[in-house]
Amino acid sequence: MNSPDVLVVGGGVVGLATARELRLAGITVAVVEAEFAGAGSTGAAMGHVVVMDDSPAQIAICRDARARWIAWFDGGGLPPAADHDPCGTLWLAANEAERQAAARKVGALQEAGIRAEWLDARALADAEPALRRGLVGAMRVPDDLVCYPPAIARALADELIAQGVRWIDRRVVGLEPGAARLNDGTRVAAGAIVLAGGAQTAALVPGLPLVPRRGHLVITDRTPVRVRHQLIELGYLDTAHSLGGASIAFNVQPRRTGQLLIGSSRELVGFDPAINRELVGRMLSRAVAFVPGIARVPASRTWIGFRPATPDALPLIGPWPALPGTWIATGHEGLGITMAPTTAALISAGITGKEPPIDPAPYLPDRVMSTHADAT
Amino acid sequence: MIDVVIRVNGVPRRVPGDITLAAALWRLDQWTFRRDQHDAPRAPLCAMGICYECRVTVDGVTGVRACLVQVREGLTVEVPHD
Amino acid sequence: MTEARRLDLVVIGGGPAGLAAAEAASRHGKQVLLIDQAPRLGGQIWRHREGDALPRVARDALQVVRPPRVSLALGASVVDALSAERLVVDFGGRVAIVETNAVVLATGAMERFLPFPGWTLPGVVGVGGLQALIKSGTPIAGARVVIAGTGPLIWPVAEAVVRAGGDLELIAEQAGLGTLTGFGASLLARPGLLGRAIRYRRVTWRAPFRTGSWPLRAEGGGRLATVVMRVGARERRIPADWLATAAGLLPRTDLGRLLGCRMVGEALDVDASQATSVPGIWAAGECTGVSGDEGARIEGTIAGLAAVGIAERPGYLARGRGRTRAFGARLTRTFAPREELRTRVDPSTVICRCEDVRAGALDPAWDFRQAKLWTRLGMGACQGRVCGSACRFLYGWDGNTVRPPLEQPLVGGWAAALIEPYPDDGAPPSPPPPAP
Repeated sequence: MNSPDVLVVGGGVVGLATARELRLAGITVAVVEAEFAGAGSTGAAMGHVVVMDDSPAQIAICRDARARWIAWFDGGGLPPAADHDPCGTLWLAANEAERQAAARKVGALQEAGIRAEWLDARALADAEPALRRGLVGAMRVPDDLVCYPPAIARALADELIAQGVRWIDRRVVGLEPGAARLNDGTRVAAGAIVLAGGAQTAALVPGLPLVPRRGHLVITDRTPVRVRHQLIELGYLDTAHSLGGASIAFNVQPRRTGQLLIGSSRELVGFDPAINRELVGRMLSRAVAFVPGIARVPASRTWIGFRPATPDALPLIGPWPALPGTWIATGHEGLGITMAPTTAALISAGITGKEPPIDPAPYLPDRVMSTHADAT
Repeated sequence: MIDVVIRVNGVPRRVPGDITLAAALWRLDQWTFRRDQHDAPRAPLCAMGICYECRVTVDGVTGVRACLVQVREGLTVEVPHD
Repeated sequence: MTEARRLDLVVIGGGPAGLAAAEAASRHGKQVLLIDQAPRLGGQIWRHREGDALPRVARDALQVVRPPRVSLALGASVVDALSAERLVVDFGGRVAIVETNAVVLATGAMERFLPFPGWTLPGVVGVGGLQALIKSGTPIAGARVVIAGTGPLIWPVAEAVVRAGGDLELIAEQAGLGTLTGFGASLLARPGLLGRAIRYRRVTWRAPFRTGSWPLRAEGGGRLATVVMRVGARERRIPADWLATAAGLLPRTDLGRLLGCRMVGEALDVDASQATSVPGIWAAGECTGVSGDEGARIEGTIAGLAAVGIAERPGYLARGRGRTRAFGARLTRTFAPREELRTRVDPSTVICRCEDVRAGALDPAWDFRQAKLWTRLGMGACQGRVCGSACRFLYGWDGNTVRPPLEQPLVGGWAAALIEPYPDDGAPPSPPPPAP
């Protein structure tokens, strides 16, 4: 079989969006996936497409990526099973300090051309009656959206396979110049290799400072308790971005099915699959503290996902100089779904030499190579 | 065993006090316990707490399995219309 | 909240195995709590209403297994566990941690439901399901009933239908006559069981009995109206109000699997003392292999004694266990679902009842997890308990993992119980709650 121009390692939304973008650029692509499309972090993801504003670089990629998602959904390119819900995000302020933080965020987002507005306590109660009283207000980001990532991965895989993309049902166990070694002992040569295997990418790239940041989610039964937006506490910003220790934050998402998806937690415990009951208990209790009606909703299932986390909370998108011909597309932590379309466009532009959609510099993986060198 | 009065969609109904809510609903000729996503009627399959087909709203709590609940005086239950 | 005292033994399941385990341990003065989901003790086989006649062994067991000798939590479920010694129990809305030195799982069996067109119609129920409905007060007098199952369970159900005044249109056994004849011959060595069989047939003699017969589809509007049966080489349409159908029994193992117990085939794996692979957890009765109530009582006694540290056991228990387990293995072989039951499914047949996933949406080349993520199969309220065994039969899929919580506890109660062992606010521990 002929070698593809590009071999994409990883059949999650990031890898498949990248494969699709490359194909649209006229490149022959093969995808290697050990399980099935969406089986990894994509299958555990919340599916919240959200603009985050920790840094100008984060805003820039989220803004571009969200616009691409909206165009994708509006253009009818994704199936109904993708459960698109343009519900927007409410960032909840419980006290004066959070109100001030919200005011700064509204300013930062508006400056970046993102619609955002402040809702006072009364407007918030109207917008989201299920919330407890006594909140100071909230920042509404109306153009954020919610989707069901496994169905998107499946649709992308179906599309790629229908277009003749070679799908390799194997696990990559090692890399060598210009080729990937598979678990069946064979090797696939390619002009370039894109590593989009989420947190598992670290196993293929010695010294890549990428760690799995574990998260728990709980989904409820279908319920008449209605939540109209993705709800996140602004306190999330204080707790969720520290690398050490476990943290939780109130984060509830309405699903198109009528279920509620309850998050969120972050831990650095490797790929431990055992559910942390205390953390789940605290996460759920926090959800009840914000939306009291959740207390009487039946809980259906808990699961764990492993987000690929980097030291500076920005993704790794671009060539990896230590392995010529190898590109990295991971490190999005909890924003892999959000950032996937722009990640794909950046990788495609890099490989084809075309104009990138946004400045790729802040995401180039070589920025973490010195960390690697220092460590070894 | 003495009878009790339960409310089915707000209507008081008298049933024997030592039967399950699933049995009580069938006694009242209620054959639809829930409706599926295509609005088709569903009713108990396993009758022993496994299948969740008998989910009804009891005293305001959704998702209660009628086959595991014994009726009691004053119990309220919401079911779809047959 | 945590229950005040640490128990010697928690028994989960109030059928023959669980009652025997609780009885054996309590006779040695141990503190025992028995938990069952149903509002009354007895499990499925001894399910009863007040004043119903019960076999002598059941009456004896119920005399012993009652407060103050054994604490009872009825209408309660184990929804999660922090460890083998700390169970999270939903006492009908109030969720609490129960601390115990040992656990006996006696969670019994469930029916194997295999999909066919029309099986979601109201009026289509399990074989044991119909028995449970009748015993719990569902009226079937004058109703037309078809029983289409497999194995010995169909006979007590047929008897219950006749005694409740139902019109039994047909009793259908999916196994063929040849298989049954061999099995019937083996019953000659078990006079007790043969006696039962004869008694049941005496009551149900008016109803036609057909072997090699199973439902092809069920038809009706808002509820069942007609069952289309395969009877020998022919198709027969039978007007009916109730179709009681299942493809035999399966060990009910979800709690055992949540606790990390090793499986052997579809059952929990136990040794000769009924110990599971997890220290502190024993299992008895049909969750360790379907073999009937006599075996369940024997295994429950063995497990109850072993779990509270009584090493010496009467020899007849081990001998009886060997006999009943051999019988159970024979039952499982004889009444295995026949291949033709697969061919009933057409693309529009619902496979996952909770999420309305139809056969046409599934690809046999997948595995269970792929089907879950791609179609939502198994993601609904029952968490794949019904479609899991169906997909194993239809497509050979394994791997429906159990994830907490079981039994859909309300978020508030479950959450409070999970964080209760870790007080962080400096408040004194909450006072002991009233007994459940």
